[in-house]
Amino acid sequence: MIYLQVLANGLVLGGLYAAIAVGFSLVWGVLNVINLLHGSFIVLGSYVAFFGYAYFGIHPFISAAIAGLLLFALGYAVQAGLVNRVIAAPVLITLTLTFGLDLILNNAMLLVFSADYRKVNLASPLGSLELGPIFLPGDRVAAMVLAFLLTALLYRLLRDSRIGRAIIAVRMDREAAALMGVNVSRINAITFGLGACMAGAAGALLSIIYPISPLNSSLFLGKAFVVCVLGGLGSVPGAMVGGVALGLIESFGAYWFGPEHAVTLSFGLLLVLLFVRPSGILGKRGYE
Amino acid sequence: MRDWLILLALALAASALPLAGDNYLMRLGTIVAMYAVLAQSWNFIGGLAGYPSFATAAFFGLGAYTSAVLLAHGAPTGFAWGAAGLMATLFAALIGGAILHLRGHYFAIASLAVGEVMREIVNTTPDLTGGGMGMNLPVPKLSIAASAQLFYFAMLGLAALTTAVAIIVQRGKLGFGLRCIQQNEDAANILGVNAYGYKTAAFCLSAVFSGIAGAIYASWVHYIEPPDVFDILLAVKPLVMVLLGGLGTVFGPIIGAALLITFEEVVWRSFLTIHAAMLGLIIVLLVLFMPNGLLALVRSWLERRRKEGKA
Amino acid sequence: MSALLSLENVSRRFGGLNALDNVTLKVEAGEILGLLGPNGAGKTTLINVVTGVHPATSGQVLLQGEDITRLKPYRIARKGLARTFQIVQPFPRMTVLENVAAGAVFAGAAPSLKEGMRLSQEHLDFTGLGHVADKPASTLTLAQRKRLELAKGLAMNPRFLMLDEVNAGLNSSEVDEALAMIRRIAERGVTILVIEHLMKVVVTISTRLAVLHHGALIAEGPPKTVLADRGVIEAYLGEKYAARLAGGAR
Repeated sequence: MIYLQVLANGLVLGGLYAAIAVGFSLVWGVLNVINLLHGSFIVLGSYVAFFGYAYFGIHPFISAAIAGLLLFALGYAVQAGLVNRVIAAPVLITLTLTFGLDLILNNAMLLVFSADYRKVNLASPLGSLELGPIFLPGDRVAAMVLAFLLTALLYRLLRDSRIGRAIIAVRMDREAAALMGVNVSRINAITFGLGACMAGAAGALLSIIYPISPLNSSLFLGKAFVVCVLGGLGSVPGAMVGGVALGLIESFGAYWFGPEHAVTLSFGLLLVLLFVRPSGILGKRGYE
Repeated sequence: MRDWLILLALALAASALPLAGDNYLMRLGTIVAMYAVLAQSWNFIGGLAGYPSFATAAFFGLGAYTSAVLLAHGAPTGFAWGAAGLMATLFAALIGGAILHLRGHYFAIASLAVGEVMREIVNTTPDLTGGGMGMNLPVPKLSIAASAQLFYFAMLGLAALTTAVAIIVQRGKLGFGLRCIQQNEDAANILGVNAYGYKTAAFCLSAVFSGIAGAIYASWVHYIEPPDVFDILLAVKPLVMVLLGGLGTVFGPIIGAALLITFEEVVWRSFLTIHAAMLGLIIVLLVLFMPNGLLALVRSWLERRRKEGKA
Repeated sequence: MSALLSLENVSRRFGGLNALDNVTLKVEAGEILGLLGPNGAGKTTLINVVTGVHPATSGQVLLQGEDITRLKPYRIARKGLARTFQIVQPFPRMTVLENVAAGAVFAGAAPSLKEGMRLSQEHLDFTGLGHVADKPASTLTLAQRKRLELAKGLAMNPRFLMLDEVNAGLNSSEVDEALAMIRRIAERGVTILVIEHLMKVVVTISTRLAVLHHGALIAEGPPKTVLADRGVIEAYLGEKYAARLAGGAR
């Protein structure tokens, strides 16, 4: 059954896409900022995993935590120091600002790491899973499971922690939240930090699957866009649904039309969706 | 009247550039004129109507490819350039109908996706466009100097034309309506502004000249490929230029184009490897410290001078 | 002879909520119709339905017999239906004069921008804003912004002007000025719909009243009759109070 295999591939891909997009979605939904740095944050996370493994033998799955923490700090600093200054400005301004920042970060990565594609070659890969007629590489599945876990963790954090509730309050009504004593600029910075943290962790997980290069950042950014529009903005379940939907679409699209049309397909779909249902499959809700 | 005089003076001054007889300067001048067209074009939809469009690259690339395909089939150059503008306009009208009901980020993303889809379509139709291999265009049978002059004046003429249209639009009912839309679209509708129609008009205006610029560019460099003419920077730089010069002003886009290209050229020559980062730095500084552009800065300075003079 | 504006069995739903429920109402040329109702009764929804912002889900809106139910807002505006917003909606970075000129140029009769500006200056003088014509609209006080809304509406050269709480947030002398201005507009032959949730204000100016409650029209007629209506009193003050009032009168 080739379709089962294609379906399984799509689901694995989808779990990773959800992790790629969830931080982007969080920042967009809560801060109304399109963070064009997101793709580079992911790549940076991959490099953390790559060098962690190459020099210290740390498994990328463990590096995910380190990358998450480092990028949280970076994201927090970027928001607190730069983006917060223009957070109230029109869309065009924040978008342009993150574009400029991304040019700088991406260029810096090119200088430091070069454009060469690198790859984490695990000394002891997990082998492959055989489920009846379906073959799946074990590391890929493990990465996907971890990606789902991370996303679920973010979901719980937003729902159950004080900071999470404050973030949701800011998303729903900035002024009201401020009046109730929420330090909005700090919450902004934490939110941006969390977005970057998710990007970094996802990047670390992806390091065992995708080749690593600064040139890949726009690829990841594009995926995050499509997932957000597919699933609806600013909700963790939305990112999950969007991620899985994109994974399945790409997997089946590649099977039916050939892999070279995958990008056209996903962007074409994005346009159609924006046209007919701009609020996404799950629709727009509060951040839950 | 004042705007027309400034335009005339600028055009005359720019026409004197070939007298310098420097091919490098001519090339730079052509690029500045090209970006002036793109920035001026973006200003219609982005500056006046306030819709953050990233479709400029799509229009430019579509124009380049339309003209290239026509030229490859033996069409005369002028016809191919005109058809490129027409094609871009029709495309904008069509796409605009679909995405101009989106606002803010959603519109920005949709317009960005339009460019990506266009690029992929070209990539996957090698029979017509050469696909990823790119396309060669006929080289005009002219001396290098004559050809440099031809393309310089073609771009310059187009820039002047675009600016003339910008002057007319900004003073007329269309520009007024677009400014209303930018500041409060719902209120504009209630006051009788046909917002949808006006936005579509602005989007088409931003397409027509970008498309022609793409066509002239293709003839000028006589080789095009998708990553070159659908480059995302072709959508972003015009926007940065307008921000630099002044959003929604007539001459801001030109000033921005001249400054940014000059600056890039200087940086490009001395710091090749951090070229992108320098551009990023300009953008960041611009957004943080001068979001209203240079013209506003100059204007407020003049205002202060005048007040001091009175006192 | 058909009415200037008539709503026939108009309903408007938002999801499960019936914001307007089968409303039938006629507005005759030349009158000042006061539209009353507690908060959330559907008064603003009624204006949104008439102006095409939220078209009716069922029923018809007729302007002198012509069906305008599904026309786009800008088309309805050009037919001479003007409104003001409860929450004022100026173009903040334009001058006061330009704000008004937008109405004159796009919906009103002004053949050119220049003529629109000239006409607008007259409307500003009429509404007492002539001295701030060249200031950015964002610098106006609330009372001035409310008058700016009025001037914008007038500039549209309306046959029918809908005023959505133009007096809310004003002090009593400002309210008196506003009421005098509304009367003067009516004297020019403009038919007016006044929305207020403060009864006192509407009663002094309206020639006829209509009352909405939970989206339905519960009373309509001359002010005195409407205000004596048991249903209206209940809607405003609650059943108990209405009963006591009735008991006290006996």
